[in-house]
Amino acid sequence: MLDWQSAEEEGGEAPAKRESRDSLHVVASRIPVRARIVRIWVYRALLLSLVRKELSVKYKNSVLGFAWSMLNPALTLVVYYIVFQIVFKNGIPQFAIFLLCGLVIWNFFSASLTGATSSVVANAGIVKKVAFPREVLPLASVGSSLVFLFLQTIVLVIALAIGRDVPAFTYLPLLIPALIDLVLLASALAIFLAAVNVYYRDTQHLLEILLMAWFWATPVVYAYEVLAAPLGRHHIGWAFFVNPVTAIVITFQRILYAKVSPVVAGGAVMKILPSNSPAWYLGQLAIVFVVSAVLFVLALMVFGRIEGNFAEEL
Amino acid sequence: MANAVEIEGVSKVFRLYQEKYTSLKERVIKAGKIPFQEFYALRDVNINVEEGTSIGLLGHNGSGKSTLLKCIAGIIQPTSGQIRVKGRVSAMLEVGAGFHPELSGRDNIYLSATLLGVPVKEITARFDEIVAFSELGAFIDNQVKYYSTGMYARLGFAVAVNVDPDILLVDEVLAVGDENFQRKCIERIRVFQKEGRTIVFVSHSPDLVRATCEQAYVLDHGIVVGAGDTGSAIAALRDSLQANSQVGGTRIVDGSPEDEKPEAVHAVASVEVTSVRAVTASEESREHIFPHDPLKLEIGYRANSPTTGVGVAVQIFTPGKELLFGANTREMGIQSFDLDSDGVIEINFDDLAVLDGIYGVSVTLLDSSGNPLSWLEDRAAFQVVNTSRVSGIVALPFSINSYSVPRLSN
Repeated sequence: MLDWQSAEEEGGEAPAKRESRDSLHVVASRIPVRARIVRIWVYRALLLSLVRKELSVKYKNSVLGFAWSMLNPALTLVVYYIVFQIVFKNGIPQFAIFLLCGLVIWNFFSASLTGATSSVVANAGIVKKVAFPREVLPLASVGSSLVFLFLQTIVLVIALAIGRDVPAFTYLPLLIPALIDLVLLASALAIFLAAVNVYYRDTQHLLEILLMAWFWATPVVYAYEVLAAPLGRHHIGWAFFVNPVTAIVITFQRILYAKVSPVVAGGAVMKILPSNSPAWYLGQLAIVFVVSAVLFVLALMVFGRIEGNFAEEL
Repeated sequence: MANAVEIEGVSKVFRLYQEKYTSLKERVIKAGKIPFQEFYALRDVNINVEEGTSIGLLGHNGSGKSTLLKCIAGIIQPTSGQIRVKGRVSAMLEVGAGFHPELSGRDNIYLSATLLGVPVKEITARFDEIVAFSELGAFIDNQVKYYSTGMYARLGFAVAVNVDPDILLVDEVLAVGDENFQRKCIERIRVFQKEGRTIVFVSHSPDLVRATCEQAYVLDHGIVVGAGDTGSAIAALRDSLQANSQVGGTRIVDGSPEDEKPEAVHAVASVEVTSVRAVTASEESREHIFPHDPLKLEIGYRANSPTTGVGVAVQIFTPGKELLFGANTREMGIQSFDLDSDGVIEINFDDLAVLDGIYGVSVTLLDSSGNPLSWLEDRAAFQVVNTSRVSGIVALPFSINSYSVPRLSN
């Protein structure tokens, strides 16, 4: 079966002896969080190619392709617009833009978590056969959602241009910490959910309901002040910020929608967003950052704790 | 020389559940009383693999060899102990793992190479080499879902061997693919060996391990039962197989239960091979024979209890330890033997057309259902001395003549 002679010949005379790499890799039941983060960084190319894969596979075989990523929020926008502006008459001026500010954030958040939860299970084939830091799988789903966030933000910017609205330039630098918070928070939850879902497949079903409740707890379709006022009267104004997404969403609205308390039809003043300084917003974002960072480390610990049995559980 | 892989006190425990509860409700209801058995797939394994050597991991189904390979690759983590791996590892547990059917071959090369931890720059540099090796040509831009199994396997192998690994882990992927592809794989592995790369090769085929590895380890129920040069390791494998056969019973499955089913072995060594002798038929007693001489193998056996339907398998190995010839009376449909006392089975080769070298012989007695009863390995080596001017392994009969062909004129 095996022809030694021909192998000798085709192998060439004497292939140069090569120097092996010195990188040391340890396989053990416990790997410290720092080493895990380093490994994810080493595999950043994989993260990128997984994101690319998800993007190119998602709309393959569909006629409209990438247009769907814009059509989806656009159609959601139309529905909410009809319900809240026309049927319930909530009276928020330029409601479409207000809504879009919150929706792009929420869409990113919910798509990241939904995708990430099933990511390890869906990629059972490679998890069982190839060694790589498995955290990359949920992170890839955060990554591909991030691309859609940017695409949808383009829609938002176009809407702003059409409406001749000017964003709040003094608040504009807050975009960066807000985005960092958003990605960090989503990554932490994504990693946690992906790991837990391997053991409890209920996670993905539970998440759907949870995300629905979470959506209504976040000031996306209603104004922040609408709920903050009654909460403040009961001295539980902080309760709103237990939801870390709140701070991120109102920052986005503050920057891009930029109307804190506009005068509406009839001459009345409508309070929509907190009229605080950029420093206050930054403070809120800083708290969210700390919380997200702690969650991220915890998520990595949970992930590392149960990762060892992924190949068997799938 | 430094060690490429150091396996230190590695154990792996699997929990075998009678039934798997994967929903929260079931776990809550059954909390604390989920029945499971602990099963050691690996128990305190210590192996050091020197840089630049090739080792084989041998063992029957469920011995833990695949589990160990997955641990080295980092796909599963050991329950205790640790493995230190130096350099880049490329694990070929499945050809084309990580390919996405909707993507083109080109995209899949990038995807699966980054899965192995290769920087994009390096993949781009090797891209043409990979495509050339896969022989896919223009098909590289087609979606992988339209590929044939062979094309798929070729692309997968091309990626795995072209990522410049320091350590190559090979499971029996070579079992798939046509002969041509297998040959290509083996040749590539030989080149790797010459380049001083480390190879860990898992197989239950002693022949393949003999042909590729200098050293081998034998695993049995997660314990290393044999180690050393390939020949003695294979002997240990046979012994462990025999020990299992005599005990009988069902074996437990190892790490990948879906592709390895437990097999029941019920056999009693009622007949044993006691000796194997190669006898030259010529009158004069010589240490060696010449090409095309006749040769007789005398297999001495001891029948511990009367046994019917015994078959014989004989294998002759080349000086390069590759299988030269194998015959199995059961597979050939030759009548079997009913053995009730001690005796000798003779195998006659009328014309042994082999050239120079010392040849090894291994003999196995099989029971009526084809399971091995007893064997002797590599004994009774005989030497062939070639006095003619041809070279190689096989003494092919040939003749040479020349004749003239009139040239065609216009």
